[in-house]
Amino acid sequence: MEALLDAVAGLGRLLLGACVTTGRVTLFAASGLSHIVRPPFYGRMFLRALAEIGYFSLPVVALTAVFTGMVLALQSSTGLSRFSADSAVASLVVLSVTRELGPVLAGLMVAGRVGAAIAAELGTMRVTDQIDALSTLSTNPMKYLVAPRLLAGLIALPLLVVVADILGVLGGFIIATVKLGFNSITYLSNTLNFMQWDDVISGLAKAAVFGVIITLMGCYQGYNSKGGAQGVGAATTSAVVAASVLILAFDYVLTELFFGR
Amino acid sequence: MTAVPKIRLRGLTKAFGDKVVLDGINLDVAAGSSMVVIGGSGSGKSVLIKCILGVIEPDSGTIEIDGVNLLEQDRAKRAEMRSHIGMLFQNGALFDSLPVWENVAFGLLAQKRCTRAEARAKAADVLAQVGLAASVGDLQPSELSGGMQKRVGLARAIAAQPDILFFDEPTTGLDPIMGAVIDGLIVDCVKRLGSTAIAITHDMLSAVRIGDRAAMLNKGRIVWEGQASELMTSGNPMVDQFTHGRREGPIQMELRK
Repeated sequence: MEALLDAVAGLGRLLLGACVTTGRVTLFAASGLSHIVRPPFYGRMFLRALAEIGYFSLPVVALTAVFTGMVLALQSSTGLSRFSADSAVASLVVLSVTRELGPVLAGLMVAGRVGAAIAAELGTMRVTDQIDALSTLSTNPMKYLVAPRLLAGLIALPLLVVVADILGVLGGFIIATVKLGFNSITYLSNTLNFMQWDDVISGLAKAAVFGVIITLMGCYQGYNSKGGAQGVGAATTSAVVAASVLILAFDYVLTELFFGR
Repeated sequence: MTAVPKIRLRGLTKAFGDKVVLDGINLDVAAGSSMVVIGGSGSGKSVLIKCILGVIEPDSGTIEIDGVNLLEQDRAKRAEMRSHIGMLFQNGALFDSLPVWENVAFGLLAQKRCTRAEARAKAADVLAQVGLAASVGDLQPSELSGGMQKRVGLARAIAAQPDILFFDEPTTGLDPIMGAVIDGLIVDCVKRLGSTAIAITHDMLSAVRIGDRAAMLNKGRIVWEGQASELMTSGNPMVDQFTHGRREGPIQMELRK
Protein backbone atom coordinates (compact mmCIF):
# COMPACT_ATOMS: atom_id res chain seq x y z
CA MET A 1 0.00 0.00 0.00
CA GLU A 2 2.83 2.37 0.96
CA ALA A 3 4.65 1.59 -2.28
CA LEU A 4 1.50 2.42 -4.22
CA LEU A 5 1.13 5.74 -2.40
CA ASP A 6 4.77 6.55 -3.11
CA ALA A 7 4.24 5.81 -6.79
CA VAL A 8 1.14 8.03 -6.92
CA ALA A 9 2.98 10.80 -5.06
CA GLY A 10 5.87 10.51 -7.50
CA LEU A 11 3.49 10.71 -10.45
CA GLY A 12 1.82 13.73 -8.88
CA ARG A 13 5.15 15.49 -8.42
CA LEU A 14 6.04 14.72 -12.03
CA LEU A 15 2.76 16.17 -13.29
CA LEU A 16 3.05 19.27 -11.12
CA GLY A 17 6.62 19.76 -12.31
CA ALA A 18 5.48 19.46 -15.92
CA CYS A 19 2.73 22.03 -15.30
CA VAL A 20 5.19 24.46 -13.69
CA THR A 21 7.66 24.09 -16.57
CA THR A 22 4.90 24.52 -19.15
CA GLY A 23 3.76 27.69 -17.40
CA ARG A 24 7.28 29.09 -17.24
CA VAL A 25 7.99 28.33 -20.90
CA THR A 26 4.66 29.90 -21.90
CA LEU A 27 5.39 33.10 -19.95
CA PHE A 28 8.93 33.20 -21.38
CA ALA A 29 7.55 32.77 -24.91
CA ALA A 30 4.90 35.46 -24.39
CA SER A 31 7.52 37.87 -23.09
CA GLY A 32 9.98 37.10 -25.90
CA LEU A 33 7.38 37.32 -28.67
CA SER A 34 5.92 40.57 -27.29
CA HIS A 35 9.36 42.18 -27.52
CA ILE A 36 9.47 41.44 -31.26
CA VAL A 37 6.88 44.16 -31.89
CA ARG A 38 7.98 46.63 -29.20
CA PRO A 39 10.91 49.01 -29.77
CA PRO A 40 13.84 49.31 -29.48
CA PHE A 41 14.71 46.77 -32.17
CA TYR A 42 18.14 45.20 -32.50
CA GLY A 43 18.56 44.79 -36.26
CA ARG A 44 22.16 43.60 -36.03
CA MET A 45 21.25 40.85 -33.58
CA PHE A 46 18.37 39.80 -35.83
CA LEU A 47 20.55 39.64 -38.96
CA ARG A 48 23.22 37.71 -37.06
CA ALA A 49 20.63 35.21 -35.83
CA LEU A 50 19.10 34.96 -39.31
CA ALA A 51 22.50 34.11 -40.81
CA GLU A 52 23.24 31.61 -38.02
CA ILE A 53 19.88 29.85 -38.20
CA GLY A 54 19.19 30.13 -41.92
CA TYR A 55 22.30 30.56 -44.02
CA PHE A 56 24.65 28.36 -42.02
CA SER A 57 22.05 25.58 -41.73
CA LEU A 58 21.64 25.37 -45.51
CA PRO A 59 24.24 22.61 -46.13
CA VAL A 60 22.89 20.21 -43.51
CA VAL A 61 19.26 20.82 -44.48
CA ALA A 62 20.07 20.49 -48.19
CA LEU A 63 21.89 17.18 -47.73
CA THR A 64 19.12 15.81 -45.52
CA ALA A 65 16.47 16.78 -48.07
CA VAL A 66 18.29 15.33 -51.08
CA PHE A 67 18.95 11.97 -49.42
CA THR A 68 15.43 11.80 -48.02
CA GLY A 69 13.95 12.38 -51.48
CA MET A 70 16.24 9.72 -52.91
CA VAL A 71 15.32 7.15 -50.28
CA LEU A 72 11.65 7.99 -50.58
CA ALA A 73 11.66 7.39 -54.35
CA LEU A 74 13.51 4.12 -53.92
CA GLN A 75 11.31 2.82 -51.12
CA SER A 76 8.01 3.90 -52.65
CA SER A 77 8.97 2.39 -55.99
CA THR A 78 9.67 -0.95 -54.31
CA GLY A 79 6.38 -0.87 -52.46
CA LEU A 80 4.18 0.52 -55.22
CA SER A 81 5.52 -1.86 -57.87
CA ARG A 82 3.81 -4.70 -55.98
CA PHE A 83 0.49 -3.09 -56.88
CA SER A 84 1.62 -1.98 -60.35
CA ALA A 85 1.34 1.60 -59.16
CA ASP A 86 4.85 2.78 -60.00
CA SER A 87 3.47 5.91 -61.64
CA ALA A 88 2.45 7.18 -58.19
CA VAL A 89 6.09 7.54 -57.11
CA ALA A 90 6.30 11.20 -58.20
CA SER A 91 3.08 12.14 -56.42
CA LEU A 92 4.07 10.27 -53.26
CA VAL A 93 7.46 11.95 -53.14
CA VAL A 94 6.15 15.47 -53.63
CA LEU A 95 3.29 14.99 -51.17
CA SER A 96 5.52 13.46 -48.48
CA VAL A 97 8.27 16.03 -48.87
CA THR A 98 6.12 19.16 -48.95
CA ARG A 99 3.62 18.17 -46.30
CA GLU A 100 5.74 16.25 -43.86
CA LEU A 101 9.36 15.35 -44.39
CA GLY A 102 10.62 18.77 -45.54
CA PRO A 103 9.48 20.69 -42.45
CA VAL A 104 9.99 17.90 -39.91
CA LEU A 105 13.46 16.82 -40.99
CA ALA A 106 14.63 20.41 -41.51
CA GLY A 107 13.23 21.23 -38.06
CA LEU A 108 15.01 18.30 -36.41
CA MET A 109 18.32 19.07 -38.11
CA VAL A 110 18.14 22.75 -37.18
CA ALA A 111 17.12 21.83 -33.63
CA GLY A 112 20.32 19.80 -33.30
CA ARG A 113 22.52 22.47 -34.84
CA VAL A 114 21.01 25.79 -33.81
CA GLY A 115 19.03 24.92 -30.67
CA ALA A 116 22.17 23.57 -29.05
CA ALA A 117 24.25 26.56 -30.14
CA ILE A 118 21.73 29.07 -28.78
CA ALA A 119 21.45 27.24 -25.45
CA ALA A 120 25.24 27.04 -25.13
CA GLU A 121 25.76 30.72 -25.98
CA LEU A 122 23.06 32.06 -23.67
CA GLY A 123 23.98 29.54 -20.96
CA THR A 124 27.58 30.71 -21.01
CA MET A 125 26.40 34.32 -20.91
CA ARG A 126 24.25 33.48 -17.88
CA VAL A 127 26.96 31.73 -15.85
CA THR A 128 29.56 34.42 -16.64
CA ASP A 129 27.22 37.28 -15.59
CA GLN A 130 26.98 38.65 -19.13
CA ILE A 131 23.17 38.62 -19.00
CA ASP A 132 23.24 40.54 -15.70
CA ALA A 133 25.73 42.93 -17.30
CA LEU A 134 23.23 43.65 -20.09
CA SER A 135 20.66 44.71 -17.49
CA THR A 136 23.15 47.14 -15.95
CA LEU A 137 23.76 48.69 -19.37
CA SER A 138 20.16 49.81 -19.97
CA THR A 139 19.44 46.78 -22.15
CA ASN A 140 16.60 44.32 -21.64
CA PRO A 141 18.11 40.84 -22.17
CA MET A 142 14.78 39.47 -23.44
CA LYS A 143 14.69 42.16 -26.09
CA TYR A 144 18.38 41.92 -27.01
CA LEU A 145 18.98 38.17 -26.84
CA VAL A 146 15.64 36.38 -27.14
CA ALA A 147 13.34 38.42 -29.41
CA PRO A 148 15.77 38.63 -32.39
CA ARG A 149 16.35 34.87 -32.26
CA LEU A 150 12.63 34.05 -32.10
CA LEU A 151 11.95 36.31 -35.10
CA ALA A 152 14.89 34.84 -37.01
CA GLY A 153 13.62 31.30 -36.33
CA LEU A 154 10.12 32.25 -37.45
CA ILE A 155 11.47 33.55 -40.78
CA ALA A 156 14.46 31.29 -41.45
CA LEU A 157 12.79 27.88 -41.08
CA PRO A 158 10.15 28.43 -43.83
CA LEU A 159 12.92 29.66 -46.15
CA LEU A 160 14.98 26.55 -45.36
CA VAL A 161 11.94 24.35 -45.99
CA VAL A 162 11.42 25.93 -49.44
CA VAL A 163 14.96 24.80 -50.24
CA ALA A 164 14.35 21.40 -48.62
CA ASP A 165 11.15 20.89 -50.65
CA ILE A 166 12.90 21.65 -53.92
CA LEU A 167 15.93 19.50 -53.15
CA GLY A 168 13.80 16.65 -51.74
CA VAL A 169 11.81 16.49 -54.96
CA LEU A 170 15.07 16.75 -56.91
CA GLY A 171 16.50 13.80 -54.98
CA GLY A 172 13.45 11.72 -55.87
CA PHE A 173 13.70 12.86 -59.49
CA ILE A 174 17.36 11.81 -59.74
CA ILE A 175 16.70 8.29 -58.41
CA ALA A 176 13.49 7.88 -60.42
CA THR A 177 15.06 8.87 -63.71
CA VAL A 178 18.62 7.57 -63.30
CA LYS A 179 18.06 4.35 -61.38
CA LEU A 180 14.40 3.42 -61.82
CA GLY A 181 14.10 4.33 -65.48
CA PHE A 182 11.26 6.86 -65.27
CA ASN A 183 10.87 9.32 -68.11
CA SER A 184 12.06 12.67 -66.82
CA ILE A 185 9.34 14.74 -68.55
CA THR A 186 6.58 12.44 -67.33
CA TYR A 187 8.01 12.40 -63.80
CA LEU A 188 8.18 16.20 -63.65
CA SER A 189 4.75 16.51 -65.18
CA ASN A 190 3.31 14.13 -62.56
CA THR A 191 5.07 16.05 -59.81
CA LEU A 192 3.72 19.42 -60.94
CA ASN A 193 0.23 18.06 -61.55
CA PHE A 194 -0.02 16.48 -58.17
CA MET A 195 1.66 19.25 -56.16
CA GLN A 196 -0.91 21.46 -54.47
CA TRP A 197 -0.16 24.84 -52.99
CA ASP A 198 -2.12 23.91 -49.85
CA ASP A 199 0.41 21.16 -49.19
CA VAL A 200 3.35 23.50 -49.64
CA ILE A 201 1.82 26.26 -47.55
CA SER A 202 0.89 23.88 -44.73
CA GLY A 203 4.50 22.70 -44.69
CA LEU A 204 5.77 26.27 -44.52
CA ALA A 205 3.34 27.09 -41.71
CA LYS A 206 4.62 24.07 -39.80
CA ALA A 207 8.18 25.24 -40.43
CA ALA A 208 7.41 28.69 -38.97
CA VAL A 209 6.05 27.07 -35.80
CA PHE A 210 9.06 24.72 -35.61
CA GLY A 211 11.38 27.73 -36.01
CA VAL A 212 9.83 29.39 -32.99
CA ILE A 213 9.94 26.13 -31.00
CA ILE A 214 13.65 25.57 -31.73
CA THR A 215 14.74 29.10 -30.86
CA LEU A 216 12.39 29.27 -27.88
CA MET A 217 13.73 26.09 -26.31
CA GLY A 218 17.34 27.14 -26.98
CA CYS A 219 16.75 30.56 -25.45
CA TYR A 220 14.70 29.27 -22.48
CA GLN A 221 17.17 26.56 -21.50
CA GLY A 222 20.22 28.79 -21.98
CA TYR A 223 18.68 31.83 -20.28
CA ASN A 224 17.77 29.78 -17.20
CA SER A 225 20.88 27.63 -16.99
CA LYS A 226 22.90 27.57 -13.79
CA GLY A 227 25.76 25.69 -12.20
CA GLY A 228 28.72 26.47 -14.46
CA ALA A 229 29.94 24.29 -17.31
CA GLN A 230 27.84 21.30 -16.26
CA GLY A 231 24.72 23.47 -16.19
CA VAL A 232 25.45 24.80 -19.67
CA GLY A 233 25.92 21.23 -20.94
CA ALA A 234 22.63 20.17 -19.38
CA ALA A 235 20.87 23.21 -20.88
CA THR A 236 22.21 22.33 -24.33
CA THR A 237 21.00 18.74 -24.10
CA SER A 238 17.60 19.80 -22.75
CA ALA A 239 17.17 22.36 -25.53
CA VAL A 240 17.74 19.80 -28.28
CA VAL A 241 15.63 17.06 -26.66
CA ALA A 242 12.74 19.41 -25.81
CA ALA A 243 12.75 21.03 -29.25
CA SER A 244 12.83 17.65 -31.03
CA VAL A 245 9.95 16.21 -29.00
CA LEU A 246 7.90 19.39 -29.34
CA ILE A 247 8.48 19.45 -33.11
CA LEU A 248 7.06 15.94 -33.42
CA ALA A 249 4.15 16.71 -31.09
CA PHE A 250 3.26 19.96 -32.83
CA ASP A 251 3.62 18.23 -36.19
CA TYR A 252 0.73 15.97 -35.22
CA VAL A 253 -1.33 18.87 -33.82
CA LEU A 254 -0.81 21.00 -36.93
CA THR A 255 -1.49 18.10 -39.29
CA GLU A 256 -4.74 17.46 -37.44
CA LEU A 257 -5.53 21.17 -37.70
CA PHE A 258 -4.81 21.42 -41.43
CA PHE A 259 -5.97 18.06 -42.72
CA GLY A 260 -7.95 16.38 -39.90
CA ARG A 261 -11.56 15.52 -40.60
CA MET B 1 19.52 69.13 8.71
CA THR B 2 21.21 65.87 7.76
CA ALA B 3 22.05 65.42 4.08
CA VAL B 4 20.10 62.66 2.29
CA PRO B 5 22.48 59.72 1.62
CA LYS B 6 23.03 58.86 -2.02
CA ILE B 7 22.12 55.25 -1.23
CA ARG B 8 20.03 54.22 1.77
CA LEU B 9 19.04 50.61 2.49
CA ARG B 10 16.52 49.85 5.19
CA GLY B 11 15.41 46.41 6.37
CA LEU B 12 16.49 44.72 3.14
CA THR B 13 15.78 41.00 3.19
CA LYS B 14 16.20 38.24 0.65
CA ALA B 15 15.87 34.49 1.02
CA PHE B 16 16.29 31.67 -1.49
CA GLY B 17 13.99 28.95 -0.22
CA ASP B 18 14.92 28.33 3.43
CA LYS B 19 18.27 30.08 3.13
CA VAL B 20 18.13 33.68 4.35
CA VAL B 21 20.84 35.58 2.50
CA LEU B 22 20.01 39.17 3.51
CA ASP B 23 18.45 39.57 6.93
CA GLY B 24 17.40 43.18 7.43
CA ILE B 25 20.27 45.18 5.96
CA ASN B 26 20.49 48.86 6.99
CA LEU B 27 23.20 50.84 5.24
CA ASP B 28 23.80 54.46 4.24
CA VAL B 29 26.34 55.59 1.65
CA ALA B 30 26.96 59.33 1.46
CA ALA B 31 27.16 61.04 -1.93
CA GLY B 32 30.67 61.03 -3.35
CA SER B 33 31.98 58.50 -0.83
CA SER B 34 33.20 54.94 -1.27
CA MET B 35 31.82 52.13 0.87
CA VAL B 36 33.59 48.79 1.01
CA VAL B 37 31.57 45.75 2.05
CA ILE B 38 33.61 42.81 3.32
CA GLY B 39 32.45 39.37 4.39
CA GLY B 40 33.04 35.69 3.84
CA SER B 41 31.91 33.68 0.85
CA GLY B 42 28.13 33.25 0.91
CA SER B 43 27.62 36.12 3.37
CA GLY B 44 25.30 37.90 0.92
CA LYS B 45 27.61 40.58 -0.54
CA SER B 46 26.90 39.86 -4.20
CA VAL B 47 23.16 39.46 -3.55
CA LEU B 48 23.17 42.86 -1.83
CA ILE B 49 24.63 44.56 -4.90
CA LYS B 50 22.38 42.61 -7.28
CA CYS B 51 19.33 43.75 -5.31
CA ILE B 52 20.34 47.40 -5.71
CA LEU B 53 21.07 46.79 -9.40
CA GLY B 54 17.64 45.22 -9.90
CA VAL B 55 19.00 41.89 -11.08
CA ILE B 56 17.47 40.26 -7.96
CA GLU B 57 14.19 41.42 -6.41
CA PRO B 58 14.42 41.68 -2.60
CA ASP B 59 11.68 40.14 -0.45
CA SER B 60 11.19 43.25 1.67
CA GLY B 61 12.81 46.51 2.73
CA THR B 62 13.60 49.71 0.88
CA ILE B 63 16.35 50.79 -1.51
CA GLU B 64 16.52 54.58 -1.70
CA ILE B 65 18.62 56.46 -4.20
CA ASP B 66 18.67 60.22 -3.58
CA GLY B 67 15.76 59.66 -1.20
CA VAL B 68 13.55 57.91 -3.77
CA ASN B 69 12.57 54.32 -3.00
CA LEU B 70 13.53 52.36 -6.09
CA LEU B 71 11.20 49.49 -5.26
CA GLU B 72 8.08 51.72 -5.33
CA GLN B 73 8.77 53.01 -8.83
CA ASP B 74 7.29 51.66 -12.06
CA ARG B 75 9.47 49.70 -14.47
CA ALA B 76 10.38 52.70 -16.65
CA LYS B 77 11.40 54.85 -13.67
CA ARG B 78 13.44 51.99 -12.19
CA ALA B 79 15.23 51.55 -15.50
CA GLU B 80 15.90 55.28 -15.66
CA MET B 81 17.29 55.35 -12.12
CA ARG B 82 19.42 52.31 -12.76
CA SER B 83 20.82 53.78 -15.97
CA HIS B 84 22.91 56.00 -13.66
CA ILE B 85 24.63 52.98 -12.12
CA GLY B 86 27.82 51.39 -13.49
CA MET B 87 29.06 47.96 -12.49
CA LEU B 88 32.39 46.16 -12.68
CA PHE B 89 31.68 42.43 -12.45
CA GLN B 90 33.96 39.97 -10.69
CA ASN B 91 35.03 38.19 -13.88
CA GLY B 92 34.63 41.22 -16.13
CA ALA B 93 31.47 39.79 -17.79
CA LEU B 94 32.60 41.20 -21.14
CA PHE B 95 30.43 40.25 -24.10
CA ASP B 96 32.36 37.54 -25.99
CA SER B 97 30.68 38.27 -29.30
CA LEU B 98 31.64 41.96 -29.42
CA PRO B 99 35.02 43.64 -29.84
CA VAL B 100 36.44 45.54 -26.88
CA TRP B 101 35.43 48.99 -28.13
CA GLU B 102 31.80 47.88 -28.53
CA ASN B 103 31.86 46.40 -25.02
CA VAL B 104 33.07 49.75 -23.65
CA ALA B 105 30.54 51.81 -25.61
CA PHE B 106 27.66 49.34 -25.15
CA GLY B 107 25.79 51.49 -22.62
CA LEU B 108 26.18 54.64 -24.72
CA LEU B 109 24.84 52.87 -27.81
CA ALA B 110 22.01 51.26 -25.83
CA GLN B 111 20.93 54.65 -24.51
CA LYS B 112 21.30 56.07 -28.03
CA ARG B 113 23.48 58.86 -26.71
CA CYS B 114 25.71 58.86 -29.81
CA THR B 115 26.33 57.36 -33.23
CA ARG B 116 28.54 54.28 -33.67
CA ALA B 117 31.42 56.45 -34.95
CA GLU B 118 31.15 58.76 -31.93
CA ALA B 119 30.86 55.74 -29.62
CA ARG B 120 34.05 54.30 -31.05
CA ALA B 121 35.93 57.56 -30.43
CA LYS B 122 34.49 57.76 -26.92
CA ALA B 123 35.53 54.14 -26.25
CA ALA B 124 39.12 55.03 -27.21
CA ASP B 125 39.04 57.95 -24.74
CA VAL B 126 37.73 55.78 -21.91
CA LEU B 127 40.22 53.01 -22.67
CA ALA B 128 42.98 55.62 -22.35
CA GLN B 129 41.60 56.56 -18.91
CA VAL B 130 42.19 52.99 -17.73
CA GLY B 131 45.63 52.85 -19.30
CA LEU B 132 44.83 50.91 -22.47
CA ALA B 133 45.79 51.87 -26.02
CA ALA B 134 43.05 52.61 -28.56
CA SER B 135 44.23 49.60 -30.60
CA VAL B 136 42.98 47.32 -27.79
CA GLY B 137 39.50 48.35 -28.88
CA ASP B 138 39.75 46.15 -31.96
CA LEU B 139 40.60 42.99 -30.00
CA GLN B 140 38.09 40.39 -28.83
CA PRO B 141 37.70 39.93 -25.03
CA SER B 142 39.13 36.39 -25.30
CA GLU B 143 42.42 37.89 -26.51
CA LEU B 144 42.91 39.91 -23.29
CA SER B 145 44.72 38.95 -20.07
CA GLY B 146 42.80 38.92 -16.76
CA GLY B 147 44.14 42.34 -15.79
CA MET B 148 43.22 43.83 -19.16
CA GLN B 149 39.73 42.33 -18.93
CA LYS B 150 39.28 44.05 -15.55
CA ARG B 151 40.42 47.34 -17.05
CA VAL B 152 38.01 46.98 -19.97
CA GLY B 153 35.24 46.08 -17.50
CA LEU B 154 36.10 49.23 -15.55
CA ALA B 155 36.10 51.28 -18.77
CA ARG B 156 32.65 49.89 -19.63
CA ALA B 157 31.38 50.73 -16.15
CA ILE B 158 32.53 54.37 -16.30
CA ALA B 159 31.86 55.06 -20.00
CA ALA B 160 28.40 56.51 -19.39
CA GLN B 161 29.73 58.60 -16.45
CA PRO B 162 27.41 57.06 -13.86
CA ASP B 163 26.52 58.66 -10.51
CA ILE B 164 26.97 55.32 -8.75
CA LEU B 165 29.60 52.64 -9.31
CA PHE B 166 29.62 49.08 -7.99
CA PHE B 167 32.70 46.89 -7.90
CA ASP B 168 32.35 43.16 -7.33
CA GLU B 169 35.66 41.68 -6.15
CA PRO B 170 37.72 44.01 -8.38
CA THR B 171 41.09 42.42 -7.59
CA THR B 172 40.12 38.74 -7.45
CA GLY B 173 42.36 36.60 -9.64
CA LEU B 174 44.96 39.33 -10.16
CA ASP B 175 48.56 39.42 -8.96
CA PRO B 176 49.27 41.96 -6.15
CA ILE B 177 50.81 44.53 -8.47
CA MET B 178 47.96 44.38 -10.98
CA GLY B 179 45.53 44.47 -8.04
CA ALA B 180 47.12 47.70 -6.84
CA VAL B 181 46.95 49.13 -10.37
CA ILE B 182 43.22 48.31 -10.63
CA ASP B 183 42.57 49.79 -7.17
CA GLY B 184 44.40 52.95 -8.22
CA LEU B 185 42.34 53.21 -11.39
CA ILE B 186 39.12 52.68 -9.41
CA VAL B 187 40.01 55.46 -6.95
CA ASP B 188 40.98 57.81 -9.81
CA CYS B 189 37.78 57.09 -11.76
CA VAL B 190 35.53 57.51 -8.73
CA LYS B 191 37.18 60.82 -7.81
CA ARG B 192 37.16 62.13 -11.37
CA LEU B 193 33.48 61.32 -11.87
CA GLY B 194 32.49 62.35 -8.35
CA SER B 195 30.57 59.08 -8.14
CA THR B 196 29.34 57.21 -5.10
CA ALA B 197 30.86 53.74 -4.95
CA ILE B 198 30.18 50.43 -3.28
CA ALA B 199 32.85 47.73 -3.57
CA ILE B 200 32.66 44.21 -2.24
CA THR B 201 35.90 42.43 -1.65
CA HIS B 202 37.82 39.79 0.27
CA ASP B 203 41.07 41.63 -0.29
CA MET B 204 41.90 43.72 2.80
CA LEU B 205 44.60 45.76 1.08
CA SER B 206 42.15 46.56 -1.69
CA ALA B 207 39.45 47.44 0.85
CA VAL B 208 41.68 49.96 2.60
CA ARG B 209 42.87 51.44 -0.70
CA ILE B 210 39.42 51.85 -2.26
CA GLY B 211 37.13 52.62 0.67
CA ASP B 212 36.35 55.70 2.70
CA ARG B 213 34.05 53.65 4.92
CA ALA B 214 33.65 49.92 5.38
CA ALA B 215 30.98 47.52 6.58
CA MET B 216 31.17 43.84 7.39
CA LEU B 217 28.42 41.42 6.41
CA ASN B 218 27.97 38.11 8.22
CA LYS B 219 25.03 35.75 7.76
CA GLY B 220 23.05 38.43 5.97
CA ARG B 221 23.51 41.13 8.64
CA ILE B 222 25.79 44.16 8.95
CA VAL B 223 27.88 43.34 12.02
CA TRP B 224 30.25 46.31 11.91
CA GLU B 225 30.55 49.65 10.15
CA GLY B 226 33.31 52.25 10.40
CA GLN B 227 36.18 53.97 8.60
CA ALA B 228 37.93 51.75 6.04
CA SER B 229 41.27 52.82 7.51
CA GLU B 230 40.19 51.23 10.85
CA LEU B 231 39.50 47.81 9.32
CA MET B 232 42.68 46.21 10.65
CA THR B 233 42.29 47.76 14.12
CA SER B 234 38.53 47.83 14.56
CA GLY B 235 38.43 45.95 17.86
CA ASN B 236 35.37 44.03 16.62
CA PRO B 237 36.04 40.29 17.11
CA MET B 238 34.37 39.28 13.83
CA VAL B 239 36.19 41.93 11.81
CA ASP B 240 39.48 41.08 13.52
CA GLN B 241 39.07 37.38 12.77
CA PHE B 242 38.18 38.10 9.14
CA THR B 243 40.81 40.74 8.40
CA HIS B 244 43.58 38.70 10.05
CA GLY B 245 42.40 35.41 8.54
CA ARG B 246 42.16 33.50 11.84
CA ARG B 247 40.52 30.09 12.00
CA GLU B 248 39.45 30.60 15.62
CA GLY B 249 36.89 33.23 16.50
CA PRO B 250 33.20 34.08 16.50
CA ILE B 251 32.78 33.28 12.78
CA GLN B 252 32.40 29.54 12.39
CA MET B 253 32.84 28.17 8.89
CA GLU B 254 30.26 25.51 8.04
CA LEU B 255 32.39 22.50 7.17
CA ARG B 256 30.99 19.03 6.63
CA LYS B 257 32.79 16.28 8.50
